[in-house]
Amino acid sequence: MSKKFTKDHEWISLDGDVATVGITDYAQSQLGDVVFVEVPEVGKQVSQGDDAAVVESVKAASEVYAPVSGEVVEGNGELEGNPALVNEDADNSGWFFKMKLADTGELDGLMDEAAYAEYVKELG
Amino acid sequence: MNAPSDILKKTALHALHAELGAKMVPFAGYDMPVQYPLGVMKEHVHTRTKAGLFDVSHMGQARLTAAEGDAAVLFETLVPGGISSLAEGRIRYTQFTNDQGGILDDLMATRFGDTLWLVVNAACKDADFAHISAKLSGRATLEIEDRALLALQGPSAEAVLAALMPACRDLVFMQAVWTEWEASAVLISRCGYTGEDGYEISIANDRAEALAKALLAHDDVEPIGLGARDSLRLEAGLCLYGHDIDTDTTPVEADLMWSVPKRRRAAADFPGASIVNAQLADGMEKQRVGIVPEGRAPAREGTQIQDSHGTPIGTVTSGGFGPTLGGPLAMGYVTPIHAAVGSQIQLIVRGKAMPARIAAMPFVPQNYKKG
Repeated sequence: MSKKFTKDHEWISLDGDVATVGITDYAQSQLGDVVFVEVPEVGKQVSQGDDAAVVESVKAASEVYAPVSGEVVEGNGELEGNPALVNEDADNSGWFFKMKLADTGELDGLMDEAAYAEYVKELG
Repeated sequence: MNAPSDILKKTALHALHAELGAKMVPFAGYDMPVQYPLGVMKEHVHTRTKAGLFDVSHMGQARLTAAEGDAAVLFETLVPGGISSLAEGRIRYTQFTNDQGGILDDLMATRFGDTLWLVVNAACKDADFAHISAKLSGRATLEIEDRALLALQGPSAEAVLAALMPACRDLVFMQAVWTEWEASAVLISRCGYTGEDGYEISIANDRAEALAKALLAHDDVEPIGLGARDSLRLEAGLCLYGHDIDTDTTPVEADLMWSVPKRRRAAADFPGASIVNAQLADGMEKQRVGIVPEGRAPAREGTQIQDSHGTPIGTVTSGGFGPTLGGPLAMGYVTPIHAAVGSQIQLIVRGKAMPARIAAMPFVPQNYKKG
């Protein structure tokens, strides 16, 4: 499946019944140098819009929200030792966590790539 | 609250910031660069290894002249620092205190003859100038100097600036001199707020951009924003007014008594002196300390500090990540029994207790050119 996007600049990519979640390249460029990432624990139940992870730049801490509801099945352990991976490769290896979806229908409410690109453009 | 951007003030370098691709933010009523395309981390490291150019024109500059005699003697009625003892062209760090010993602002004062040149924080400058004018009314004249202020900081600063203003070589840390650059009068002060050697250069607004461009033309110089300015001063253990010091903290609590000489303590002739001396004799309820978290998570301003048993003992006032230190760092206030370097504490970050230690400041060695 192609990626879907939230207004809070998370991306989600579904493969079977497990989705991978990260922040967009636009989000990492706005944050600047990422110095710390806290990913959710495996087994954590999250509802759409809940705080799921934390990303910190030199300047500030930001929340990463769950794009949809479900259960966390894996956190990206790579980010603990190398948080800068979020800056280098936000769209791929800088992913935050994987989750099993409660309701794939929630994905329909998210933006597709073209809609997200338009949304970012409007933000200036 | 930040003012809408259309009523934000602009420094003389505003157009240059845009040209350099800066990301602008509201700060103390000004539209200021928080970072340039290099980014906070690289800007910080560049300043520590080569030289960074900062626009600090939002800060207040003023000249104080006494109606009769030495302005420095009069000025000591407002601050606890040793000002009357300043030699020609020497700079002192001090604070305006109120009658409770609380800090109204911190500042730099430089002696030229019987006058003082003052540099105060942007957010406090209007109040500071009103305070000085009111307290010294009829006895002194305060001339507000609407000039640009550039800071060039880092180990390459001397070599870079000396090519334009050779007089800068003769200065040591906390010394200043008036000189000329391309027929403009400039005040160069060997000081700054990064922990590095460097200068602050006061110049007429209409010459500021030309000077900034001349400095940026050097390979070793990059423009640096407020983001890196904050991480640099935090690593250097320097207070940020409104965060680490304010009217609720005294120079004793803020661990700034190195800036209050014995003569002033004994004379007790500055605002709040009785409270300052009582705290020195009997102790105080809180003390500013450095903090190093043991994990990787930064603890931000407002984070609760607990002892190892979970009892609240204070609050973080500045916290973040130190690019040169290579990890998180913070400063805050704790009860004095927990203030010893090495004491184990915990920081409550997002509801979880994170182990940390009280640490000596500065967090990274200072690199000043002492005389």
